[in-house]
Amino acid sequence: MLSELLIDPFQYDFMIRALIAAVFCGVTLSTLGTFTINRNMGFMADAMAHATLPIIAVGVFFGFSISELGAPAAIVVALFLGFIVKNTKIGEDTSIGIIFSTFFALGFILIKLLNVTINLEDLLFGQILAVNRTDIYIITALFLIVIGIIIIFFKQLLFYSFDPIGAEVKGLNTNFLNYLFLITLSLAVVSALQTVGIILVLSMLIIPAASAKLITDTFIDSIKVSIAFGIISSVTGLIVSYHLDLPTGPSMSLVASTVFLLSYISSKSRIKNR
Amino acid sequence: MPTKENIYESQQIIVSDQCCVQYGESLALDDVTFTVTKGKKIAVVGPNGGGKSTLFKALAGLIPLSNGSLKINGLDPLMAKGMISYIPQKDSLNWNFQLSVKQVVEMGLTDKNSLFSFNNRKNVEKINESLNQVGILDKSEENINNLSGGQQQRVLLAKALIQDSDILLLDEAFSAIDVGAQEDIMKIINGSDLKEKTILLATHDINNLEDKFDEVLCLNRHCCAFGNPLEVLTEEVIEEMYGSHNNMFLDHKPGSHGS
Repeated sequence: MLSELLIDPFQYDFMIRALIAAVFCGVTLSTLGTFTINRNMGFMADAMAHATLPIIAVGVFFGFSISELGAPAAIVVALFLGFIVKNTKIGEDTSIGIIFSTFFALGFILIKLLNVTINLEDLLFGQILAVNRTDIYIITALFLIVIGIIIIFFKQLLFYSFDPIGAEVKGLNTNFLNYLFLITLSLAVVSALQTVGIILVLSMLIIPAASAKLITDTFIDSIKVSIAFGIISSVTGLIVSYHLDLPTGPSMSLVASTVFLLSYISSKSRIKNR
Repeated sequence: MPTKENIYESQQIIVSDQCCVQYGESLALDDVTFTVTKGKKIAVVGPNGGGKSTLFKALAGLIPLSNGSLKINGLDPLMAKGMISYIPQKDSLNWNFQLSVKQVVEMGLTDKNSLFSFNNRKNVEKINESLNQVGILDKSEENINNLSGGQQQRVLLAKALIQDSDILLLDEAFSAIDVGAQEDIMKIINGSDLKEKTILLATHDINNLEDKFDEVLCLNRHCCAFGNPLEVLTEEVIEEMYGSHNNMFLDHKPGSHGS
């Protein structure tokens, strides 16, 4: 009975592609989420997702698909955001907010002006069931790049995140590490646009990581648990949405939120039991 | 043949000559001149905004001078990276990260060539050795967030010591830790293990400095005084540093320290 519930959906090719996309995006986002929540960069990530809209609008106008545009858009947005935040004196939150809303507004205006045919609801909330073979290749490549960068530069990124001044004194290239992280985060965010969409990508980025942090004692453990929660949320969300005929992105988000609630309750009872 | 003067010269590990640092329009350091001899323990005192952190950052090569010169072992600070370990103020660290003591100390061994996160045994030995030096080897696996302020400061000291550099800069190492923990850290600093190290420590506490430090550098944007704490911490110097609000230091005269 249970196995039918779990296996039934995957007799269709589009559901298998959706599963692959869900797992890879789940892992990518939940891994980066652990750094993101500890560095309080959730707003930055949210802005990255929104700021891609004008690039997508122009790209689609010239005949590219959303996933093809993802990586270049991510890099442009990350470099731009990083540069503005570093070189203006109005505060990080404020400058991110200005770029976020300006780009998002510009995106909508361009979509209208260029008469681009984009299904906005899909873009905002994701449309994982429409993922095609090319999308899978791109999502897989982005998954490998992001995870590869994190594994290779883990020690340096951790040092820089914990003690930026100490890292600079020690001779680490902190400017490079700053932009490397921004670009990696941005790549992860855009790789998930098709899966969960511009608005809900934040939930898959920070909720599994936050849930993991509540019930683990070390950063390393929190990464492992966050990845597990990321996969559980995206796959469960996919299966639930199939059976109940609900939109997939929001289903994944709500499963992640449920996991968070359970983690919160369990962390409270853990403290009581100490 | 090395002359007597040459040997003396070579012992001068930090030479600051009319050093100026500017942030926009304002001078954070103005015409600061002093010379530190190898192995000396120096207290750097002065009001908030007096330039203590700025001086440390300039020494560490993090900010450029707008005028004058600063030499570490005869080299410009940018060239002298690796000779200096810097322990930043605690609030510039990101305590959200749940790291273990040994993970933090290991950062002292991390440089721009550290790729992948494989642990080698040599690192583990070095980490244990430096934790032992600061007396918290038993805390190696603990989460830094669960330690007391004094223990956290010792972890940061171990992270600096593992780099095996000649100069240690401790920025506000005593803020938010109790007197006992301060004493413990001073014992480590003045211990025989660190005899060769030149140590500069920024502090707000100007009492009994002569018991703990060889010299004191009094900074209020410019160098108000530099030398033996007993000789240079006069009422005039304290007045110059802290303005007229020096009532709290009234009992502080050379040779008499109240209690």
